[in-house]
Amino acid sequence: MTATAIEVSGLRKAFGDRVVLDGIDLTVAAGSVFSLLGPNGAGKTTTVNVLTTLMRADQGTVRVDGHDIDAEAKAVRKAIGVTGQFAAVDDLLTGHENLQLMADLRRLGNPEDVIGGLLDKFELTDAAAKPVSTYSGGMRRKLDLAMTLVGRPRIIFLDEPTTGLDPRSRRTMWQIVRGLVADGVTIFLTTQYLEEADQLADRVAVLDQGRLVAQGTPADLKRQVPGSHVLLRFADLATLDAAARVFPGSTRDDEALSLKVPDDGGTKSLRGLLNRLDEHSLDADEFSVHTPDLDDVFLALTGHKSAEETA
Amino acid sequence: MTTDATIMLRRNFKHMVRNPTSLFNAVIFPVVLLFMFVYVFGDAFNVGVDYVDYATPGLILLAICYGLGSTATAVNSDMTKGIINRFKVMDVSRGAVLTGHVVTSVLTNLIAIAAIVGTAFALGFRPHASFLDWLGVLGIVALTGFAAGWITIALGLAAKSPETAGIAAVPLVMLPFFSSAIVPADKMGPGFKQFAEYQPFTPIIETVRGLLAGAPQAGDVILAVAWCAGLAIVGYLWAVSTFKKRA
Repeated sequence: MTATAIEVSGLRKAFGDRVVLDGIDLTVAAGSVFSLLGPNGAGKTTTVNVLTTLMRADQGTVRVDGHDIDAEAKAVRKAIGVTGQFAAVDDLLTGHENLQLMADLRRLGNPEDVIGGLLDKFELTDAAAKPVSTYSGGMRRKLDLAMTLVGRPRIIFLDEPTTGLDPRSRRTMWQIVRGLVADGVTIFLTTQYLEEADQLADRVAVLDQGRLVAQGTPADLKRQVPGSHVLLRFADLATLDAAARVFPGSTRDDEALSLKVPDDGGTKSLRGLLNRLDEHSLDADEFSVHTPDLDDVFLALTGHKSAEETA
Repeated sequence: MTTDATIMLRRNFKHMVRNPTSLFNAVIFPVVLLFMFVYVFGDAFNVGVDYVDYATPGLILLAICYGLGSTATAVNSDMTKGIINRFKVMDVSRGAVLTGHVVTSVLTNLIAIAAIVGTAFALGFRPHASFLDWLGVLGIVALTGFAAGWITIALGLAAKSPETAGIAAVPLVMLPFFSSAIVPADKMGPGFKQFAEYQPFTPIIETVRGLLAGAPQAGDVILAVAWCAGLAIVGYLWAVSTFKKRA
């Protein structure tokens, strides 16, 4: 196993005059989850298309699983699995037949074991004999991912796997991704949601108008973003005064009787915060955690709001 | 042996069985047209022979072209729904996906033609073709379906959506009307007449007509085969290059 699963340097791609990727450099360690975060139109899908050999880059080198994507495209394709933004499933076939198609194309020796296992894992066994046209959006996404997993690819690309899914299906998808990581699979994930990157990724890169404006762990990234805080509201001014003394660096709002305490929103720091309130016998009437969203990240990192809003 | 192409073909056959309306449509419409031309318009056309004998070869070609609309739509929906991209990143043989569509397209054509010929016989169609002539008809018809199929697949791959893909195939569907399929070219108005004389379907139809009459003209046959070979090559190259480029 190579220690580096994906290595990209100086990647550029333009469609006519429009530069979509303007010099991307990134490295993804084998067995880790790397998330490319950015708004619509930032170049996420183009990046995935280039990395998965669907599109040719204008400039730059990309190695996936140790193979050059131009010179050794076949070897790259053997190592990867790709689930695109829209479920690429065959509506006229059943769930089982869709998986069978993948198993046939991968020339698996034990297709029934693999298909049965995947149907089970993705809770699609009951629907296996039904045509995919009757599936819900969440089921289609699950089937799509199951199809990608036939043949056990070592590196999986997920292009916005949860966009358009309801919260419950999104959580299921996250659990599946975590399960894959536990099996040692490398994941390259694109998303518009900071929360998703935070939940899943070991490293995050923020893509804005074709450039990477920040890279690091989710914690690194959030440290660069102001606005992650806990909001406490008290019954009276005296309690607010006392609390403000307990939390230096906080901002108070006398009118609303509230106090903004900077906090990363993690359970550990929250527990610490609550313990300190207890130690000083302070009671807050209201307590809420505010985590920065993608727009906060963008504002902080690029000085402008996400592309769709400035456009 | 299992090849990518046979796997794709199996997928396309399943589509045909699951979506019978598309096959039904490809079979029924030309048969209805045959009834219309023979019973409704037939007496108005003076073509020198029994009209059903004249029109059947033309309707055979029309049946081929009419089936192309669904081929274009099917190919385009594979493209726009990302199924083709899924196959591409799996390193499925580049030609296999398209070959599956061509073969099903030709097969649909042959089923529709069998229906047309059967109906024509019931309406009094009396060809003078020998067994060899019939083989010739089968050959030229399959070749035409193959050539038109590749052009249609290229159109389907290049179109933005399944709807526009269906519309892109309309000129192909209309071409037989502007040939000697329904009435002889020399009975058409100026412009149409020249177009009808030189467009590919006229020699193809005349070849089928000659074979069914038991007297094929070498000139028509050579021209027809040349057109088919040319169209097939252009369609194939165009389809493959669009397939490679579009992601």
